[in-house]
Amino acid sequence: MKPREISVTVNAKHYRSEVPPRLTLLDYLREVLGLTGTHAGCEHGVCGACSVIFDGQPIRSCLMFAIQADGHEVETVEGLAGADGGLSPLQDAFWEAHALQCGYCTPGMLMASHALLRANPDPTEDEIKEAIGGNLCRCTGYQQIVEAVRLAAKRMREADPEAGPEGNKDRVDE
Amino acid sequence: MKAAAFDYIRAGDLAEVCRALDDGGPDCKIIAGGQTLVPMMAMRLARPSILIDINAVGELQGIGGDETSLVIKACTRQAAAERSPEVRAKAPLLAKALRFVGHPQTRNRGTVGGSIANADPVAEIPLVALTLDAGLVAESAGGARNIGISGFFHGLMETSLAADECLTEVRFPVWNGGGIVGTGFREVSIRAGDFAIVAAAVQLALDENGVCKRAAVALGGVAPTPLRIEATAEALLSSDLDAKTVGEAARLAAHEIDPVADVHASAEYRRRTARVMVERAILEARDEALGRVAKP
Amino acid sequence: MSSEAPEGRRFRYVSRKRRTKEDRRFIAGQGRFVADISLPGMKHVALVTSPHPAARIEAIRTEEALKIEGVLAVITGEELARATDPLMSGLNLPDVRRFPLAVDRARYAGEWVAAVVADSRYIAEDGAELVEVDYDPLPFVVDAEEAMNEDAPAVHPAHGTNVLYQRKFVYGAVDDDFAAADHRLAFRACWGRSSTVPIETFGVLAEWHPGTGILDVWASIQMPKYPEQIARALRLDANCVRVHYDVDVGGSYGVKRGIKHTVLVGYLARKLGCPVRLIEDRLENMTGGDAHGPERIFDVEAAFNGDGEIRSLRIRALDNVGAYAGRAPLQLAKPIGAIVGPYRINSVEYEAISVTTNKTVQEAVRGFGQSPTNFAIETAVDKIARALDLDRVEIRKRNFIRKDEFPYTIPSGSEYDSGDYLTVQDKVLDLADFPALLARRDALRAEGTLAGIGISSCLEPSGGNAAFEPLFNPANETTTWMESCVTKIDLAGTVTSIMATASAGQGHETLVATVTAEELERDPDGIRVVRSDSLASLPSNSPVASRMAIMLGGAASGAAKILKRKLIDIAAHNLQLPADRLVYEGGNVAVRDDPGKKLAWDELVEIAHRKYHQMPLGMEPGLQASYVWEVPKGGELPDADGRVRMYPCYSFEAHIPLIEIDRDTGQVKILEYFIGHDCGTMINPDIVHGMVYGGIAHGIGAALYEIFAYNEDGQLLTGTFMDYLLPSVHEIPDIKMVDHSTPSPLTSMGQKGTGEGGYLGAPAAVASAVNDALAPLGLELDALPMRPGDIEALLRTKSG
Repeated sequence: MKPREISVTVNAKHYRSEVPPRLTLLDYLREVLGLTGTHAGCEHGVCGACSVIFDGQPIRSCLMFAIQADGHEVETVEGLAGADGGLSPLQDAFWEAHALQCGYCTPGMLMASHALLRANPDPTEDEIKEAIGGNLCRCTGYQQIVEAVRLAAKRMREADPEAGPEGNKDRVDE
Repeated sequence: MKAAAFDYIRAGDLAEVCRALDDGGPDCKIIAGGQTLVPMMAMRLARPSILIDINAVGELQGIGGDETSLVIKACTRQAAAERSPEVRAKAPLLAKALRFVGHPQTRNRGTVGGSIANADPVAEIPLVALTLDAGLVAESAGGARNIGISGFFHGLMETSLAADECLTEVRFPVWNGGGIVGTGFREVSIRAGDFAIVAAAVQLALDENGVCKRAAVALGGVAPTPLRIEATAEALLSSDLDAKTVGEAARLAAHEIDPVADVHASAEYRRRTARVMVERAILEARDEALGRVAKP
Repeated sequence: MSSEAPEGRRFRYVSRKRRTKEDRRFIAGQGRFVADISLPGMKHVALVTSPHPAARIEAIRTEEALKIEGVLAVITGEELARATDPLMSGLNLPDVRRFPLAVDRARYAGEWVAAVVADSRYIAEDGAELVEVDYDPLPFVVDAEEAMNEDAPAVHPAHGTNVLYQRKFVYGAVDDDFAAADHRLAFRACWGRSSTVPIETFGVLAEWHPGTGILDVWASIQMPKYPEQIARALRLDANCVRVHYDVDVGGSYGVKRGIKHTVLVGYLARKLGCPVRLIEDRLENMTGGDAHGPERIFDVEAAFNGDGEIRSLRIRALDNVGAYAGRAPLQLAKPIGAIVGPYRINSVEYEAISVTTNKTVQEAVRGFGQSPTNFAIETAVDKIARALDLDRVEIRKRNFIRKDEFPYTIPSGSEYDSGDYLTVQDKVLDLADFPALLARRDALRAEGTLAGIGISSCLEPSGGNAAFEPLFNPANETTTWMESCVTKIDLAGTVTSIMATASAGQGHETLVATVTAEELERDPDGIRVVRSDSLASLPSNSPVASRMAIMLGGAASGAAKILKRKLIDIAAHNLQLPADRLVYEGGNVAVRDDPGKKLAWDELVEIAHRKYHQMPLGMEPGLQASYVWEVPKGGELPDADGRVRMYPCYSFEAHIPLIEIDRDTGQVKILEYFIGHDCGTMINPDIVHGMVYGGIAHGIGAALYEIFAYNEDGQLLTGTFMDYLLPSVHEIPDIKMVDHSTPSPLTSMGQKGTGEGGYLGAPAAVASAVNDALAPLGLELDALPMRPGDIEALLRTKSG
């Protein structure tokens, strides 16, 4: 099928591209935009290695076609660092806690955790596990990942005690 | 694992969806959340020639209704339904079941209507829709059509939706005919977040003495479609849901079904755990309702 | 926290909490995995695979596929076999020939039959769909015991039998020990087919340069002698293949050995004159990727005395390696290096049988066969305890090799370097507050819950010398698995170390930097570690066999020590003093009795790089050193009886999980997990702990969830992530760990290996816990994985 033009915002940068309809969002990010931080693990929606944030919510980029992202916003691991290239508190906590080994699932883990902390600055352990429950890691046994997310949350709260959930106005607390 | 080529239409409104379905012929397919369709396409087990994307159709999103029913538009995200106070108030069984659906990331994209139209026999949302006797609305170029859930599921991932029809809304009846409502949802899976081997959904209404006035029971994973277990529901009526009655009623469920084996479970395992899941779901629903009875 | 080496050495950097070198790039999304590498004009491969477990390939028609715009070529096994030599096998099996694409006959469902090359992977898959293959289905066999029958369908008719290897090793007076023992028991234990299943599939990119005659290869590889094997199969000189090791590998744990992938892609790159990339998709990876793990049936007999002393074992291990031999049969050999586990068992008979069937090919998996064997040994110990009504902790205590018995030679001839098993077990019992844990289990039982505590210990043989190769294949006289490191101090005084292998998350850059820093007393953060390519580097045998802390660490130490010596010699020459009157500190060299008198690092570097006139006579200018280290205690061939010295170092672990079983559904929930761990000196504790945690999670997967299941039609039923179930965060409990350090006397800093231990002990521990929970019902389950349906069916036999 003939390529179609799309316009997508990725990490606050606007891109216009021609894509065949069947190109997945994952392949678009990697092969067209060269943003290879997002990884393919299973390409059938189970492992979470391809997790990105789409319109503010974490999703699997292997389960969307790029053409569906036309007019939408995507955040990837490349967008986590500050403008100066400095690490985000979450990234830094992953480093500090050695929350990775081979690094392959790491971008997906970071994006899932990033979305969690944005919505919920003080997650319980169960909430952390729920947030990354669909992201498989074969190296770590998850121990240091959970520890890193906890550490990041703590440091972010200490740095900004006023911070509350954002981008999650419809969240209901019971 | 790359999908075969297809053409793509992003519909702006429902009329456009219907038109595209009408024009598209038998090989066109609606994509909503895509959480099942896209993997099927990646494995080339599904190969639509045209994908009609309904994600931008505003008419297909939202949660509403009145005292008698909760209306969820077909393309409403599962995550939105999960977070909705209205869903919790009016269809607590659905709210409970949604937490078992995939993972947060798939719920952010997957839709309520998409899951029902996909009709996976172990999926939670179709099971709840069947348990609650939900009403469905489908639309085509020829107009809208109401479909009762009882006749909707035809077979393994097959429904009564015509090729040119789009599921537009799901109406979950609200149980406000008196009595205290309790819900139970249980499933057995190998890992958390996996598709269930067997899932049981139960909704009960008790009077102030704890006597069961109304019951709905259904099972997933035991047949090519989700299955209502009327015998079990009837056995609960007018009882005070003592352990013995519940146990007997659950046992009836095991007789009603004829499950098959797959790589994860034998037919006998399904049959036996169906009984267990039904029993636990009933007890969960009973205890939840009794907890409400006890409250002033 | 700091550790002590054998000589009581205190460390500055080793064993300290320190951020790794590698993590920084991965958290920024800047890893460089093979699928991230893209070359101009690069083409993509998709595979056509056999739908039959066994079939004659009658005809392959490619015309329709070639008509698709963007499809460049379709090649078949016939073409490839003409142009290449068969892939190497670990055994001497001239009639079991293996090529990347099936030739004439497909031997398992999913085997690659043809390859399509196209402008994109999407188009390559379109092409693969249109390749038409005529098959004539043949009889097949997937069960190892059936495959041994005389009349079983032959997987490789030319070989004459489905048995690829069979030998009975008798170590010590087994018959006498059995005759003299008070008691005997026998049982069968089964290890289901699972694997390591990294989240990154295997991938390889190759580019041929006619001008230089070099084939450049980038791959997600973890494989000893990979470049040589590719070259050999492609009929190239070995120095025509340049494997780039600066590729990040997205997990391997043994299986990333894509020789067949690389030979295919290397051939295509040469034939087509363009770079060609094959990134397995998940379906290809799970079926035709040839990366399944051991599938074993153990028949075990144990002889023991009334006091719990285990006298002798007879172990028959039957392994189903799948359709081709590869390296997998050698996984039956490694366990010989620890065949008595951590116990003083006087004699052992071990029969190893490797059988080929019409299943996917097996590859090396974490522990190289040791985890299944450990499961069998630990199951025996538990059964002996139950038979004697003896506590499972106590029986281990009575049989453990004692701290003062090292070095300890086991009946099969391997020598355990050091250990303190009792102390590690005591530590983990303390950590678990064992009496409280027992009370908790019993309280759960009192409520009607099936609860159990698992007890297992395991050895992690590490730093291997590949002596299993000559043991199983006398034609292959390998007695070394050396490792190398090059370190240089440049004119500006910064330090760079060069290693010659890719990494898959083991933290080798951190290892080399830490060890080099320790020797040179320079800040590790300032030390650069790069990964070379196969032509520019010294020999490596890749990070297999839990060997890199030992071997690469040893090589890095060796190189750094040479440089340190050189710096001291330059100082001695310039200070006009003998070296033994000087002291090296932080890179500066001072006079011992007159610390004010010294030459600083920068001055020494300046001399070495610029001032040859100030150098000692005849000394090589510059500051660079290479070191190639032979495996400690390597260098010997096995004897005629198969006694062999296989691994130099032995780490130890003791595992204690608490589990509960849902009586009605058979689901197992792990409530607690405790582990005591001793790998000698830890170079980087975070890395050690991470690998142990990850190994435990992997072992929990093998014990409870993961199985490559086949149906009676010979089809793999669990070829996707929807059916092959890796544990998620929900399945893995919080793991509590206590460290101990019994340094190895054989290594540079007392370190031992650590990447495999969690996986070696966890399956046995979980099985032990399940059986403890089942024991009050008089039930036993000795087959892994223990999935809910298996447990529930067993429970049903009691409750009807």
